[in-house]
Amino acid sequence: MDWIYNHLLSLILFTPTAAALVMLLLPKEKTALLRNFAFAASLIPFALTLVVWAGFNPQAGQALPFQFVEKANWYSAIRASYHLGVDGISLPMVLLTTLLTPLAILASYSIQERVKSYMILFLLLETGMLGVFLALDLLLFFVFWEVGLVPMYFLIAQWGSKNRNYAALKFVLYTMGGSLGLLLAIQLMGVAVGSFDLLELYQRWPTLTELKIPLGLSLPTVKAIAFWAFVVAFAIKVPVWPFHTWLPDAHTEAPTAGSMILAGVLLKLGAYGFLRLVLPLFPTESQMYAGALAFLGVAAIIFGALGAWAQNDFKRLIAYSSINHMGFVVLGIAAAAALLETTSPAGMLDKNIALNGAVLQMFNHGLSAAGMFFLVGVLYDRAHTRDLNDFGGLYALLPVYGTVLIFTAMASLGLPGLNGFVSEFLVVRGAWPVMTLATALAMIGLFFTGAYILKALKMVLHGPLNTRWKDHLSDMTGRELLVISPLMILMLALGVWPAWLLDMINRAVAFLF
Amino acid sequence: MAVETLIVLIPLLPLLAFFAIVLFAHRKNSLSHWLALGGAGMSWVLSMVVFWQAIQIEDLSQHPFAVAIQWLPTGSTGLNIGLQIDPLSAVTLFFVAWTVLMIFIYSVGYHNFGQPRGDHDRPGLPPHGATITDQHGHTHRVPSIEPMYARFFALISLFAFAMFLLVVTDNLLTLYIGWEIMGLCSYLLIGFWYGKESARNAMIKAFLTTRVGDVFMLLGLAALYSLTGTLNYQSILNNPTVLNGLAQAASPLGGVSWAGLIGVLLIIGTIGKSAQFPLHIWLPDAMEGPTPVSAMIHAATMVSAGVYLVIRFFPLLSVGWDGHQLTLPVLVMGAVGAFTALFAATIALAQNDIKRVLAYSTISQLGYMIAALGVGAYVAAAFHLITHAFFKALLFLGSGSVIHGMEHGVLHTGENIDPQNMLYMGGLRRKMPITFWTFLAGGLALSGFPLVTAGFWSKDEILAGAYASGQMLIFWTLALAALLTAFYTMRQITLTFLGNPRSQSAEHAHESRPAMTYPLVVLSFFAIAAGWVGIPDYFPLIGGIVPNWFEEFVGSMLLFHAEETHHSLLPLFTSLVVALGGLSLGWLTYRAVRQPLDPLEKPLGGLYTLLKNKYYVDEFYQLVFIRPARWLAETVTDRWLDRTVIDGILHSIARLGIWLGNVLRKWFDLPVVNGAGDLTATGTRNFGAFLRSLQTGRVQVYATIGLGAAAMVAILIYFLWVVG
Repeated sequence: MDWIYNHLLSLILFTPTAAALVMLLLPKEKTALLRNFAFAASLIPFALTLVVWAGFNPQAGQALPFQFVEKANWYSAIRASYHLGVDGISLPMVLLTTLLTPLAILASYSIQERVKSYMILFLLLETGMLGVFLALDLLLFFVFWEVGLVPMYFLIAQWGSKNRNYAALKFVLYTMGGSLGLLLAIQLMGVAVGSFDLLELYQRWPTLTELKIPLGLSLPTVKAIAFWAFVVAFAIKVPVWPFHTWLPDAHTEAPTAGSMILAGVLLKLGAYGFLRLVLPLFPTESQMYAGALAFLGVAAIIFGALGAWAQNDFKRLIAYSSINHMGFVVLGIAAAAALLETTSPAGMLDKNIALNGAVLQMFNHGLSAAGMFFLVGVLYDRAHTRDLNDFGGLYALLPVYGTVLIFTAMASLGLPGLNGFVSEFLVVRGAWPVMTLATALAMIGLFFTGAYILKALKMVLHGPLNTRWKDHLSDMTGRELLVISPLMILMLALGVWPAWLLDMINRAVAFLF
Repeated sequence: MAVETLIVLIPLLPLLAFFAIVLFAHRKNSLSHWLALGGAGMSWVLSMVVFWQAIQIEDLSQHPFAVAIQWLPTGSTGLNIGLQIDPLSAVTLFFVAWTVLMIFIYSVGYHNFGQPRGDHDRPGLPPHGATITDQHGHTHRVPSIEPMYARFFALISLFAFAMFLLVVTDNLLTLYIGWEIMGLCSYLLIGFWYGKESARNAMIKAFLTTRVGDVFMLLGLAALYSLTGTLNYQSILNNPTVLNGLAQAASPLGGVSWAGLIGVLLIIGTIGKSAQFPLHIWLPDAMEGPTPVSAMIHAATMVSAGVYLVIRFFPLLSVGWDGHQLTLPVLVMGAVGAFTALFAATIALAQNDIKRVLAYSTISQLGYMIAALGVGAYVAAAFHLITHAFFKALLFLGSGSVIHGMEHGVLHTGENIDPQNMLYMGGLRRKMPITFWTFLAGGLALSGFPLVTAGFWSKDEILAGAYASGQMLIFWTLALAALLTAFYTMRQITLTFLGNPRSQSAEHAHESRPAMTYPLVVLSFFAIAAGWVGIPDYFPLIGGIVPNWFEEFVGSMLLFHAEETHHSLLPLFTSLVVALGGLSLGWLTYRAVRQPLDPLEKPLGGLYTLLKNKYYVDEFYQLVFIRPARWLAETVTDRWLDRTVIDGILHSIARLGIWLGNVLRKWFDLPVVNGAGDLTATGTRNFGAFLRSLQTGRVQVYATIGLGAAAMVAILIYFLWVVG
């Protein structure tokens, strides 16, 4: 038992891979077995995450910045190590991943073709995502960062809808393009400091005074270039405006569960990169360019909302809503970046609130975006169309679906009492004193959030019934309710009593920044 | 039980009723209304208990009932939320509990509980009517039960929860939460009959118009929280240090203090929620919902919440205002309130839909309350909020009863008329006596009929306050609005109840069921009596007989009292003249209407058309805001920015890559790399071909070659070694 407890993170990380390997041996025509096996296997990391959660000491401190740490030699020649650990920022993300993966697999029970390879890819994807959140070594971080791309590419390209090849290629090339700079910057930092270990880099890279590698450039310039290499890589992933156009395509073309994971977890990798790497490693540069970052975040909020409002494809509309919501994460991060080296108590509090809001918004968006994509998928499975103009008045036919959709849409809209509001309020509150103009402009986006959510509800549920659906649509099944219920419960729980999660985030953020 | 526990239960019970109905009773009509009534009824009992306890306490405003917990941990501190009952929330709780309960009871009758199911009911549309056969074999068309009966009770329970939460809370954040949940409920209830195209447009209009105000309010919240570190009422509004600090700190807007900026942001929230100009457009369209919902939105909850917010934050809004030099928030309130009061009253003159008249009257009356705050008449504003809630709930429920009676007539006669159009009514006093007398009480209260109605006392106080403040423009605007109010109210009463029926349906209308009429009777009691608790001491003859309890109780909320002003009789005289004058004019103009035609339509001509079309504000907004916004979204953002510019750049990069690849292939790969390779390959092949030509298979050739080769070797050896 001790061994298990000491290697919990590795177990969480590699159980999906192990399950995928076992699945290779299973007969491919037994689809029910394959599905159930994948689902059961994906529950193990979730259960283990709960164990970690229970054993996690929320009071972070100098002695214990990361917990459940594992460290082993990996590429000792270049001093990269296998180093895992969680804190109050990464643990919620791990929970989000291990929660959404079983739900996404459950949502994929409607996949009929090549079930075996589909499920294997899904499990591999989980390992890739978890690795990014757990890694405490830059090289390890990068490896997992890239590993996650491959299964996602195949999921979109093989199981996607009409325009899937274009979307999959755009997604993978764009992200990899962004990663090139990241890889170079990581190499540079590793060589300069002589280690890829994050804890060591935290200590030494920001205060570095001379560069070992002769580049012919001054140190601040090199750092600024490295900073932007990081920022661009993560900005593409988040995505920050104007790097966002891969997202509507990828999300729209991906299979339902793929969209759930894309929006629910993959986008968080970018934001997590900002929090875990950019802010701690580049405090000076972050502060210098905070204004630009805030500008891009607000652009994402406004143009994301306007873009969503303009769509007539239900799924594309939801895809754009991710840009809008993740803009708030970026705004919160930008506000915190501007205050990174502040010492005034008021400034400390603003920074803390902004970061609390940003991290909570990541979690909340993971719930609501995954829920919305799932609900779009439920409708698509039945109607085989996503065109909003084809629907209308469906509430009369699908009362349960309609109610669930309104609930989830309201969480996405940021209705107080549900989760989205708490984080948006915190971001607005934290950003207001530092980025007053940007925050005020963000309200335009917040208004249009209402407009596009209500547009979707209006065109799907309300109005005169489009008679072509009469007797052709059935309400949600038990399995579908099983997928959405945990998300709805969490949305409500976080809206009513956010402290259970916020407390953990708050302590970590207060310690780190 | 401690009184704090009771306060917690007040909002909680309707919420539990909501969840219980949604989860367990969404197909059980009877159970669903019992759950809802149980929740609202218990909350009513608890509210009365709390109210009773509250008025016993000597200085409740300084030591309110309060309980709080930490909700958001931030840094080393956190944001607390809690509950609090002080004089203002106590009196608000009183009227909310009463009106909510009455509306709930009324809804049972309104939605035809106990009637058969409709013949062609479709979810999302109003009940269609059922055909029944009596024992003599005659068939009748009768009203049928609402097909989404349980959903209605679930939603109004949630609505009641949100309002109770808003009232009993102790901080701006929870207020905002209740505020927004009410927005959701009004959205869902205005669009209750979502199958109608008009309803689905109205629901969105209501939500988005109020959301304009809400986003500003959210900024106000963020600003207030940033500057004071709290959102608690007591720590901000009851704290002169904080208030003065805010009044002196300069905001980014030049010349405006932070108190002024935050005040204006909060007021914009109220303008949206309480449907003040220019965000008033959603409220008349909200008539699309069932009538109890209109009563809920117009009296008990939604719009009252907006006014409650500004009354609550009056200490902040008015800080720095000494009665002479107007501050920005006070100026905004005075201007917006007075203008809206008059503006909406004029529109109400030309509306023929019985509920639309009331809708514009609500907008106008809310303008009154906000204007009252703009002249510093704090207590009068709160007073009018309460009396208005009672008589407007009464009027809406009364109009619902009228519509029900008319619908019955329409079903009976099969006539093709709008059962809400007052021009087709007339003479209903004989058909629906209870509805008539209670509606009359409400109408007179709205008009400010002297002495006996509650509306008179509260309106008179507002006029007196406006006069005393010296802002004569506001005073005369409000007086004119009061005249118009009395006029259109009498128009409504005359057209609906007096004279003779102007349609078959009106002749066949009959009184509504007890479940609908009893609440009317209860509310009409308050429409009359609620004014007696606030009779000013200086009032001629009867002043001072009944103590002015309201002034004393609610007035204690303010830290700084305006100095006792000189009481002139002019405002009293004015309010008598406008109320009685307006009523008489209305009666004289409309008493002889025989045809479904407004006698003012011809003489007023273009002005009537302008009023009938509500000054074309909707059309103006469509042109100036909505269409450009759609263009910005669909054309600029989606088509140009995303698909053309950004994706264009991406595709160009991709094409550049492909082009570069092709170029490299053509000019480097093919000639150089492939060229070298090919050369090797072709050279080898040619050599092979040559060798193959030698392999003819003939011995003579091989022998010749062999001989030749041997000769060559011999010659080589000879020259290299022998000779060299």
